[in-house]
Amino acid sequence: MTIATADIALAAEADSLESPSRRALRRLLRRRGAVVGLVVIAAFVLLAIFAPLVSPYDPIATNWALVRKPASAAHWFGTDELGRDILTRVIFGARASLMAGLVSVGIALSVGVPVGMVAGYRGGFIDSLISRITDAMLACPFLILAIALAAFLGPSLSNAMIAIGITATPIFVRLTRAQVMNVKVEDYVEAARAIGNPSWRIALFHILPNILPALLVQATLSIAAAIIAEAALSFLGLGQQPPAPSWGSMLNAAQRFLTQAPWMAIWPGLAIFLTVLSFNLVGDGLRDALDPRSR
Amino acid sequence: MGPRLRGDDSYFGAAFPMLSFLARRLVQLVPTLFFVSVLIFSLQHLLPGDPALVMAGEEKDPAVIAQIREHYRLDQPLPVQYVYWVKGVLTGDLGESLRNKMPVLELIEQKLPVTIQLASMAIIIALLIGVSAGIISAVKKGTAWDYGANLFALWGISTPNFWLGILLIFLFSIELGWLPASGYVSPSEDWRGSLATTIMPAFVLGNAIAAILMRHTRAAMLQVLESDYIRTARAKGLMERSVILKHALRNALTPVITLGALELGTLLSGAVLTEQIFSVPGFGKLIVDAVFNRDYAVVQGVVLVTATAYITLNLIADLAYILVNPRLRG
Repeated sequence: MTIATADIALAAEADSLESPSRRALRRLLRRRGAVVGLVVIAAFVLLAIFAPLVSPYDPIATNWALVRKPASAAHWFGTDELGRDILTRVIFGARASLMAGLVSVGIALSVGVPVGMVAGYRGGFIDSLISRITDAMLACPFLILAIALAAFLGPSLSNAMIAIGITATPIFVRLTRAQVMNVKVEDYVEAARAIGNPSWRIALFHILPNILPALLVQATLSIAAAIIAEAALSFLGLGQQPPAPSWGSMLNAAQRFLTQAPWMAIWPGLAIFLTVLSFNLVGDGLRDALDPRSR
Repeated sequence: MGPRLRGDDSYFGAAFPMLSFLARRLVQLVPTLFFVSVLIFSLQHLLPGDPALVMAGEEKDPAVIAQIREHYRLDQPLPVQYVYWVKGVLTGDLGESLRNKMPVLELIEQKLPVTIQLASMAIIIALLIGVSAGIISAVKKGTAWDYGANLFALWGISTPNFWLGILLIFLFSIELGWLPASGYVSPSEDWRGSLATTIMPAFVLGNAIAAILMRHTRAAMLQVLESDYIRTARAKGLMERSVILKHALRNALTPVITLGALELGTLLSGAVLTEQIFSVPGFGKLIVDAVFNRDYAVVQGVVLVTATAYITLNLIADLAYILVNPRLRG
């Protein structure tokens, strides 16, 4: 055996000894884009958690002496139309955006995965019924349905999160159903059924762990979409209500003062862009890292 | 005879696979449209409290509220209300706008051409940018061009279109003064003015779709460029430009166009925000204005028309895919 083939054999052995999650993490950390994305997300999460400690000012306290001041040593990102520090509001705005991303995808996962599992595992009439309802929901464009739901539920951050969560649910129903249909014909599922495991146990302990990678990738990409959707709803006045800070509502205010204070539009938009880009980078990285073909 | 469409083993299916496929897809549409109608009808019942009170707005006179309840049949059981609503929809009656006192369908008919113009321009922009970037990225795989095109796709997917719209207004309207910041001129009145008012919103709308098309084109081109017939074309001594544009692109574009058609949802969602930023009086602005005027019949009407358009386009995309793919034609 040559040294090169011995190395390959050793690497393959190490690969097979490693747990799947550790292997996926190792592969993910090899991707530069995903690592940058993870770092940016971690930074925003820390900023959101420790916002009161790191923010230099109160996010809602107005100051008429500081209305629309450009960037300075005291206010790095400048001030807005009510004299509030934009940096502080961008930091506090991370809370609304990240929470909207996580909560709405959480809603979509907690409804979509069980429903998709029932459809994929049971098949027959239930599957047809669930699939047609999913098709109907997917026929309504994401943001239009979210706007309609948010409008009927009433404008607030929590209702916006519910609206986005409901709108994102059919994506998870469809994905889970397709994944379950692939996995349920595998030998180990047949074996689990043959030894008399009840359906719920097979679904929970034998099927679910094997469809988690696909769900994880979709969840990451859906968080990015949910953050944009929350910002869009807040921009339209259907999400976070003033004076509470949110990146979308900050952009709405900025639009009215574009001539006098263009900096008001730069920072919240950049914050949305960076967060969404980071989740997309991590989602793409996870897809590659969890793909069994990319050894 | 090539492979037939799935499930066309009947005489009818064997003789007319396209018709059989169309019939099957149309049958599948019935339950989907039924659930779409139930979903949209249910929206009104998400309103906290009594819908009649919400519709009455400031008016608190019990007689007026009772009249609204009777007029909209809110005093009847939900299934009965649903049947009346569907009957109305099937005869083209989507209700009346509370704000404008105009039939909802008429309002939609007024606004739709503006959005169609914007969407058509956005698709042209998206195709020009997305397909070109996808071809370059695939042909120059692994080079700086490829990384650049992939970065462009990531930028397109991650940039909120309302932010991009604001930045473009700042640059081209406020700083350079080249284009109007808002408004709309119909092409029948003044085509130059129309182009000037719609080019920025169309670019904003097209940007996200260009990114998606770029990814589809790249993937399809990479697959096609590895095919035997491309190797044969090169072996015959054809010029590389001819191999790529005539032989590879023609086949790669089929899935791109059909997948691109499914981005109608992205386009319509994007139109809502873009029309709001640029004050374009289209379909998207109609739904936002309706939301703030609590004009729920208009909101329902817009969602219904959008969903029906999406389903129809999906069907056309499926058929187009079969029509241009000889192996599926039977």
